[in-house]
Amino acid sequence: MPLNWVLVLTTFLFCVGVYGVLARRNAVIVLMSIEIMLNAVNLNFIAFNGVLEGDRLIGQVFALFVIAIAAAELGVGLAIVLLIYRNSFTVSLDEVNLLKW
Amino acid sequence: MQGLIFLVVAATSGFAAVRLVTNKNLVHAALYLVVTLMGMAIIFLLLTAEFVAWVQVLIYVGAVIVLLLFGLMLTRAQIGKTALDRQQRWVAGPVALVLFAVTTPVLWRFFDGETISLDRTSGNTEALGTEIFTRFVLPFEVVSVLLLAALVGSVFLAKKD
Repeated sequence: MPLNWVLVLTTFLFCVGVYGVLARRNAVIVLMSIEIMLNAVNLNFIAFNGVLEGDRLIGQVFALFVIAIAAAELGVGLAIVLLIYRNSFTVSLDEVNLLKW
Repeated sequence: MQGLIFLVVAATSGFAAVRLVTNKNLVHAALYLVVTLMGMAIIFLLLTAEFVAWVQVLIYVGAVIVLLLFGLMLTRAQIGKTALDRQQRWVAGPVALVLFAVTTPVLWRFFDGETISLDRTSGNTEALGTEIFTRFVLPFEVVSVLLLAALVGSVFLAKKD
């Protein structure tokens, strides 16, 4: 399978994720967009593993690590979102500006 | 044949991703995320990474989606036609478009002609396990500690005091 096809798909998904992070207001949707970006990176790892390594599977090992770290990030992120909701009754990123000067 | 399956799955996955970020209904967005992640799992299978594909199905489609749906329900966000985009939306579209338009030709020209080898005769789960538990055993343990820290941290953040 040509590597270029996979690269175009991953670039497209990554850009969709970037758009979601920048444009959406709901914090949970932003977390979903981050998951899409991480998944695009995983697909890149696996595709380049097929091109470069052959029998060594280092790219797939790194994809597994990325999945684990994404799960950890999502758990902590959702806990923070729930905390913000409990304190200020909103998850809109336009109104959460405690750390803005 | 594999190329045809790849194109179909990639088109479905990309369309679902676009619908995710342009949708008005938040629960529908989570369901579009299921479609995208399942498409990615199918592509992992096509690229002979079956263990990663099943891990993807278990963790993302199983656990992460449920967690995100819980997040959507518990925060009682407005499910319906509300203004879901921020004021900076007009800059987000051009940023994403420019990123795509700059990156794709560069990658296309640089990696033109490379092919992914798909001719693996046996499964690779055993080789993957050997790789993790010999060469990458220290990063594996570090990831375990990270997951424990994330567990403790999220429980501490979310508990009522």
